[in-house]
Amino acid sequence: MKFRLSSDAVRLAIPALSLTLLLAAIFWLQPRAMSYGGLNLLLNLAVPIALATIAQMFVMAVNDLDLSMGAFVSFVACVTATFLKDAPVIGILILACAIAAYAALGVVIHLRKLPSIVVTLGMSFVWAGLAVLLLPAPGGQAPDWVRWLMTVKPPFAPMAIVASIIIAMFAHLIVMRCSLGVLIRGIGGNQRSVERAGWSVVAARAAAYGLSGFFAVLAGIALVGLTTSADANIALRYTLLSIAGVILGGGEFIGGRISPIGAVIGALTLTLAGSFLSFLRISPDWQIGAQGAILIIVLALRLTLNRIENREKLQ
Amino acid sequence: MTIRKMLLASAAIALAAMPVSAFADTSAKKIALSNNYAGNSWRQAMLTSWEKVTGEAVKAGVVAAADPFTTAENQATEQAAQIQNMILQGYDAIVLNAASPTALNGAVKEACDAGITVVSFDGIVTEPCAWRIAVDFKEMGRSQVEYLSKKLPEGGNLLEIRGLAGVFVDDEISAGIHDGVKQFPQFKVAGSVHGDWAQDVAQKAVAGILPSLPDIVGVVTQGGDGYGAAQAIAATDRKLPIIVMGNREDELKWWKEQKDAKSYETMSVSIAPGVSTLAFWVAQQILDGKQVKKDLVVPFLRIDQDNLEANLANTQAGGVANVEYTQDDAVKVIAASK
Repeated sequence: MKFRLSSDAVRLAIPALSLTLLLAAIFWLQPRAMSYGGLNLLLNLAVPIALATIAQMFVMAVNDLDLSMGAFVSFVACVTATFLKDAPVIGILILACAIAAYAALGVVIHLRKLPSIVVTLGMSFVWAGLAVLLLPAPGGQAPDWVRWLMTVKPPFAPMAIVASIIIAMFAHLIVMRCSLGVLIRGIGGNQRSVERAGWSVVAARAAAYGLSGFFAVLAGIALVGLTTSADANIALRYTLLSIAGVILGGGEFIGGRISPIGAVIGALTLTLAGSFLSFLRISPDWQIGAQGAILIIVLALRLTLNRIENREKLQ
Repeated sequence: MTIRKMLLASAAIALAAMPVSAFADTSAKKIALSNNYAGNSWRQAMLTSWEKVTGEAVKAGVVAAADPFTTAENQATEQAAQIQNMILQGYDAIVLNAASPTALNGAVKEACDAGITVVSFDGIVTEPCAWRIAVDFKEMGRSQVEYLSKKLPEGGNLLEIRGLAGVFVDDEISAGIHDGVKQFPQFKVAGSVHGDWAQDVAQKAVAGILPSLPDIVGVVTQGGDGYGAAQAIAATDRKLPIIVMGNREDELKWWKEQKDAKSYETMSVSIAPGVSTLAFWVAQQILDGKQVKKDLVVPFLRIDQDNLEANLANTQAGGVANVEYTQDDAVKVIAASK
């Protein structure tokens, strides 16, 4: 009998491999990074990106795309640095409303059969506007408990790694080990068959968007915990980073095929790619291109592996 | 070797090493420049000045290294990661032009905690552990009105060209101009438009507002908009008012042409991109053990009728008039703040 990896494991292998390679290269270039504090400095900004990537993953799971992720995380960051600090009850209320708004978006997109790209692109201006209203000039302050949470020094492994593992496990439980997760992936894979089986597709899509909103809120809070204060444009890059993270981690644009653990690894890889290029002393003019090249190499690897996988299935 | 001998030996080594540490030599120190944007002529000039001045300093052995880094995208999160990478790379000081005054505070705090000197300039950060080299933008606005009051003692109507709406610098310069008008009440701001610090935008905006304005004796600007204003006014049959320039090459060239043709007089004022080199020397002074106040003010670069030619000759086509600072300049700025 031949030993065969499950397709899920193959899907995870490439992101894990690229992360290990990058990490090894960074340790070789900069041995100082190979310590508790070094790893934390290297990876702590990946925690909010990982959370935003998980948020994007829930939307991509139901075959949609969220272009408002960056603006929404910025908005949450502004709420965290103002209301959540000064009036925690109102702050939590606002964030809960924001999550409800996300779920409502899912319902609207489903009922009116609107393209999610257009709706979320429109919403990105709404979130950006609200963020500017809250913080017209950069400022605010992180609540003490958030700051404590993001600078805590757990034994054995730095916060960034512990947090990444917890996020990955938590998302894995929701998506892979719970019936709601199966339903969400089912909608992305084949909406009609889920409908015929008697499930409420509206509810499931609303849940997917709500979960996305929830993780995006966590991303915003985590980001402010690291930066100590907010700015209405603080996370604009997260829209594309989160999409790239999902794809790098083994997800696909056609819904249903996602991997939460892979998504977290994808986010870490993206963050490390930036550091790697900076340690290499590549001129900034080339850095965007080099970052793109790393993405393309990883994706090419995955395509090759997919082809091998398919060929084996046919045999 | 007994423990006593070992103690004696280490004491001797410590004594031998003492004079060196007391002298606080910076020749082994490494300084990094963290820059968030390189996409306009001002930032390009800033980076060129940095390369030139720090290159000489490294060659002369003042510091061991002075490496510039620019983020691939103008985003605070990217720059925070960049600063954290610099901590790992073991720099002793970070000179910083920040993408956001607040969003980098976490990373700056990490750097301070690691014992790194952080000096921010132009785009400054609010984190208390960092040094700030700020421009007195208010004074930059006020001095324009003061200049006009000397040229035009009887006063008159002014046209104000503002920068990019909602940006801190725009508010500051404009507040300074209005303070100046209060100080010299013979002037009145008859109209104000946003020129976005760009000649083409300023030209369109000024052409749009001109028909509704009374006679204008002066145009107060923020830099990068004087040439556009001049073009818009020249297209009408109005008398050319005194247009304050902003040190851009096209503005200085136009001024020179007018000066030669009809002895036109004005002045030009802006922040010199070479301020990055001042920040470098300030960082070097701090590493050298000097006591430096956390908030320093950098002088802005002013060009007048008599030094126009010299400055124009030193300005690259399409660039900005520039000065590069020396160690002595930094010492003077530090002394002036005390």
